[in-house]
Amino acid sequence: MTASPSALLDDDRARGVFRVARRAFTDPEILARERLAIFENCWLYLGHDSEIAKPGDYLTRKVAGRDILFARGKDGTARAFFNTCPHRGALVCREGAGNGAMFRCFYHSWAFDLEGRLVNRPGDEGYGEGTRKGGMHDLVRVPRLEQYRGLYFMHLQAAGDDLKTYLGGALEYIDLVLDQAETAMEIVGGTQAYGFDANWKLLCENSFDGYHGLPTHVSYFDYVKSKPGSLVEVAIKGRAFDLGNGHAVVQYTAPWGRPVAQSVPAWGDAAAREVAAIKARLVARFGAERAERMATTNRNLLIFPNFVINDIMAVTFRTFYPEAPDKQVVNAWALAPREESPAMRELRLFNFLEFLGPGGFATPDDCEALALCQRGYGSLGGAGWNDISKGYLSDEPQVDDEAQMRAFWREWHRRVTEQPA
Amino acid sequence: MASPRHGAAGMSAPVTRSELEDFLYLEAALLDNWQLDEWLALFVDGARYFIPPAGADDDADPATLLFYVADDYHRLCERVKRLKKRTAHAEFPRSRCRRMVSNVRYLAGDAARFSVTSNFVTWRSKLGVTDTFFGHHVYELTQVAGQLRILSKKTFLDQDDIREQGKVSIIP
Ligand code: FES
Ligand SMILES: [Fe+2]
Repeated sequence: MTASPSALLDDDRARGVFRVARRAFTDPEILARERLAIFENCWLYLGHDSEIAKPGDYLTRKVAGRDILFARGKDGTARAFFNTCPHRGALVCREGAGNGAMFRCFYHSWAFDLEGRLVNRPGDEGYGEGTRKGGMHDLVRVPRLEQYRGLYFMHLQAAGDDLKTYLGGALEYIDLVLDQAETAMEIVGGTQAYGFDANWKLLCENSFDGYHGLPTHVSYFDYVKSKPGSLVEVAIKGRAFDLGNGHAVVQYTAPWGRPVAQSVPAWGDAAAREVAAIKARLVARFGAERAERMATTNRNLLIFPNFVINDIMAVTFRTFYPEAPDKQVVNAWALAPREESPAMRELRLFNFLEFLGPGGFATPDDCEALALCQRGYGSLGGAGWNDISKGYLSDEPQVDDEAQMRAFWREWHRRVTEQPA
Repeated sequence: MASPRHGAAGMSAPVTRSELEDFLYLEAALLDNWQLDEWLALFVDGARYFIPPAGADDDADPATLLFYVADDYHRLCERVKRLKKRTAHAEFPRSRCRRMVSNVRYLAGDAARFSVTSNFVTWRSKLGVTDTFFGHHVYELTQVAGQLRILSKKTFLDQDDIREQGKVSIIP
């Protein structure tokens, strides 16, 4: 069987062939379908509990093209609003983050409390009773906001699966990351907000692509080898798993140091003792087997469609959104156990920047690779296929196979080709 | 907000403005020409190099805040080594860059260690895309055998984000 020229996916198990049409990365019509079928219809990661820790804390963030205001009320409840004034539409909150008692839209000075209620407007006596009824002029809440262990997700539709059902098979892996904290996890100091000229789905793939690690990041490995004791003798080995609903993960051992809980000689004796103590407490809390899995295996987890948790040399959260078929914006955060010692925190952030982020020794090369893929798609004028077949015929797909990407692509395909209701 | 400190009134700088300017212009020229080893030689052994996130204070600490770059001396040397390799894919072929440095001001300190700030605009062009970085640098400088040398360099980007610039794969 060969795929028809209009097909987006060529998924042929008999031949061990899995291909994605390059049109999926370039066609504006596909992006329009993605906006509707995916970003308007999936749970999307909004932010972490710790980012609005205290009543009155708020932040603004763009999610799926919407300006969102995420705020913790005096009652301690986190809420998400569309950041647009019910009067004429101006952005109500113009700051990235802060703490306050209310939001005042500067245009005509309507004011809203942290729960989103209109609490004051100049010349209120000039308005009829009808405009005061039923919260007509309150900030509009995002239809659904749910959290799992401090991870807040929003949904633009009022009905559908709840968050836990949606996360399904991914919950186990989220737990493996979050359980590393004995208190709770927190986001450490701000967002890396970058972007590049490539389709957003290329970053879905890249975020858990074990196959590219060595060739793309040879200069990173050169660097870690340059400092004696920066690596331990552990091979990069592991498995890829389809977690259902488009979520997927690779889980593997690796030679770099991990603040939880694989020490490397270069960190020194004090850090080694601290890491051993962290590990011992993990064993006490979860038993040897689970502790071992948490401490010595890495995870690159994709929560469909665009939320990546990399539990590697540091823990990262990452979301990304298309601005155009060939352009995306990325947000990346560092996550850490709240109780972490200053020394371990410093190591974690140092580790993070070694590999990750726009100034790291690896991420810039990923961005470059993805932008070059995107550029390459222009050469075939929309025809042609990307091959994602690696490990298709294996019953135990490895970390450097592509089963995890096929899981993403099948869900993506199901959603973009489904007839709209 | 990143607000550079002002030189204390009446404090006299251990070097003249034109000496500082010569030094910072030389640094920019070495980077423009990708003479990275020569650039690295401007730093003393043990020096550090930072790019904090947008909006960071001058005294932001990479032990508690997620920076873009926070290099100790070893990593700084390795950054230079990496950038000279073909396998630094993000910079192969290399970007063409041009740096403009101005508003050079002595801030505080003594001959052994003093701080200096400058404004900068850096353009990077590669594969048909040109990006602009702008902001200010804060240096801690010293003198070794009569030559100015860098103890630390912090580059504060004024961009809210680096959506357009993407990677900070050059030394802005
Ligand atoms: S638009 Fe907000 S008060 Fe008028
Ligand atoms: Fe990578």
